[in-house]
Amino acid sequence: MNAPTDSGASGSMRLVLTLAIAGLVSGIAIIGIYESTLPTITANKARELREAVFKVLPGVSQMQALVYRDGELVAVDRPDKDEPVVYGGYDEHSAFVGYAMPGAGPGFQDTIALLYGYRPDEKNVVGMEILESRETPGLGDKIYKDAVFVSGFSALSVEPEIVAVKKGTKSRPNEIDAITGATISSKAVVRIINETHADWSAQLPEPGSEPRLEATETAGTEADQ
Amino acid sequence: MKKNEFHEEFIKGIWRDNPVFVQVLGMCPMLAVTNSAINAIAMGMATFFVLVGSSFLVSTFRHLIPKQVRISCFIIIIATFVTIADYTLLALVPAVHKELGAFIPLIVANCLILGRQEAFASRYPTKLAVMDAMGMASGFLLALLSLGSVREILGDGALFGMKLFGENFEPWVIMILPPGGFLTLGVILLFFNWFRLKKDEFLEDVAAAERGGN
Amino acid sequence: MDNLLWIFISALLVNNFVLTYFLGLCPFLGVSGSLETSARLGLATTFVMLVTAVCAWVLNTYVLIHAPYLRLICFIVVIASTVQFIEMLIKKLSPALFRAMGIFLPLITTNCAILGLAIFATNRGYGFWEGIVYALGAGIGFTLALVLLAGLREESELSNIPKLIKGTAMNLIIAGVLSMAFMGFAGLFSSA
Repeated sequence: MNAPTDSGASGSMRLVLTLAIAGLVSGIAIIGIYESTLPTITANKARELREAVFKVLPGVSQMQALVYRDGELVAVDRPDKDEPVVYGGYDEHSAFVGYAMPGAGPGFQDTIALLYGYRPDEKNVVGMEILESRETPGLGDKIYKDAVFVSGFSALSVEPEIVAVKKGTKSRPNEIDAITGATISSKAVVRIINETHADWSAQLPEPGSEPRLEATETAGTEADQ
Repeated sequence: MKKNEFHEEFIKGIWRDNPVFVQVLGMCPMLAVTNSAINAIAMGMATFFVLVGSSFLVSTFRHLIPKQVRISCFIIIIATFVTIADYTLLALVPAVHKELGAFIPLIVANCLILGRQEAFASRYPTKLAVMDAMGMASGFLLALLSLGSVREILGDGALFGMKLFGENFEPWVIMILPPGGFLTLGVILLFFNWFRLKKDEFLEDVAAAERGGN
Repeated sequence: MDNLLWIFISALLVNNFVLTYFLGLCPFLGVSGSLETSARLGLATTFVMLVTAVCAWVLNTYVLIHAPYLRLICFIVVIASTVQFIEMLIKKLSPALFRAMGIFLPLITTNCAILGLAIFATNRGYGFWEGIVYALGAGIGFTLALVLLAGLREESELSNIPKLIKGTAMNLIIAGVLSMAFMGFAGLFSSA
């Protein structure tokens, strides 16, 4: 301390001033880094989401976010925070293919978040991708590392609801072989899909009357690529 | 002499006063993210950046920061650097950021960083402070890397994602799970204790021999 | 309701803050020498966690929605000052309570378990009640881990342990075994 603080008013003024300056400089630095990285971060996130959607819905090349408002499914640019959302997938002629539905629920260790593709015309799940999980390495993580299990979701009937059965005993279109040694994780995945499907099934329109692709998202998709 | 001093500040952090193995600081990021070598390096680099950056600033402005609010100032500086590191990692390497997740913001609570500001950077000139910070941060990085490598090799049979063993290797999964972190660090500390004990014994022997010689 | 129970059990046992997230290790290894101190520290931490959950919720709902980049600084500053304020309040109102846990409060404020709680709750998008339940689970889980380790350490004082392994190394290995035991709680919910 080069200048001895002569107590009282000037002393506490100096304290407040120092903190204020420190806060100001730090605020500027943080806003700077936030503004400069935001475009990359947003683009990364959008790309990840798009890749996941295209993966769970084979044959899809365009997508848009859909939310349920006032009794019908509408396309939005940016869903509100906490608003449940599904993604509509469209082929290159902008014809509707299916929905990519995000779901989450408790797994073996922690919450599992996933995305699955659903074709309402076939009433089938056509693909599944785990977005987030902390399942046990070597056992529970087979829900996304085991190719056989993942491919089991490429044609799976959701009505009546999906059932996980012992490996090798699948006999009906709504059954899937559970992973040996990771039955709980497999069942968790199945339950998350069933629950998500039950939540949405009343809100999805009749097959054939899905929301049409709106032009804005297409432009955005192309611009990003 | 002068050169030696810089050298000394750097080296002490790596070995004699290693923040993890000797001072047992910064444990929570240490154990949580060392389930693979690559995560350990990312965490180590982020900590390096934050520690060196804040030591530089704190030491440069050490005469301007009033004693009464110094801790608050240190924390503001550290938190700023951590936020910068957080966003940079998120933009450049989103995959690594996803793995490290919430543990990047928690660098703020790493007692190593605040401890260095209070004990060193706020008292010594900039050059020395930066040297000290670099030494400590390298020591931390080294500790993270050794722990991360051991855990990845044993728990996954791989290093930096490359498989080291043949198909017959049965990974020791517990090592990349939380208990493995505790166990590995415990065993490494055991080794350091043993090393110190041996060194003390050796020094005593030397002293005894000298006395005997006289 | 089901969801709240899952959050509570998950924070308490399955994803215990100390034994699976390694949060709050400094007090875990430093203070866990005696059972009584551990229990009191655990109580104080649970209390601060509850305060933190409320602070984090208020900040997330009203401030950070406009300025997400200020999250870290806001959390630190607001949590530290709220805890300090409550500490003064307790000192005035109930000296007995202050003696029981007051001395720990300043120590806990910069603990990574506290900040970790705020950040995890935010990342998971918890609402008000979910946050409170999460804090309660995490706090009790923290106390549980601390008390368990303290008990084991008190026992180990009586036995003959090689000089080499005494101290932090042994505590870490004990913690590793505890952590393994806690892994047994995984799957508690999804198997139902």
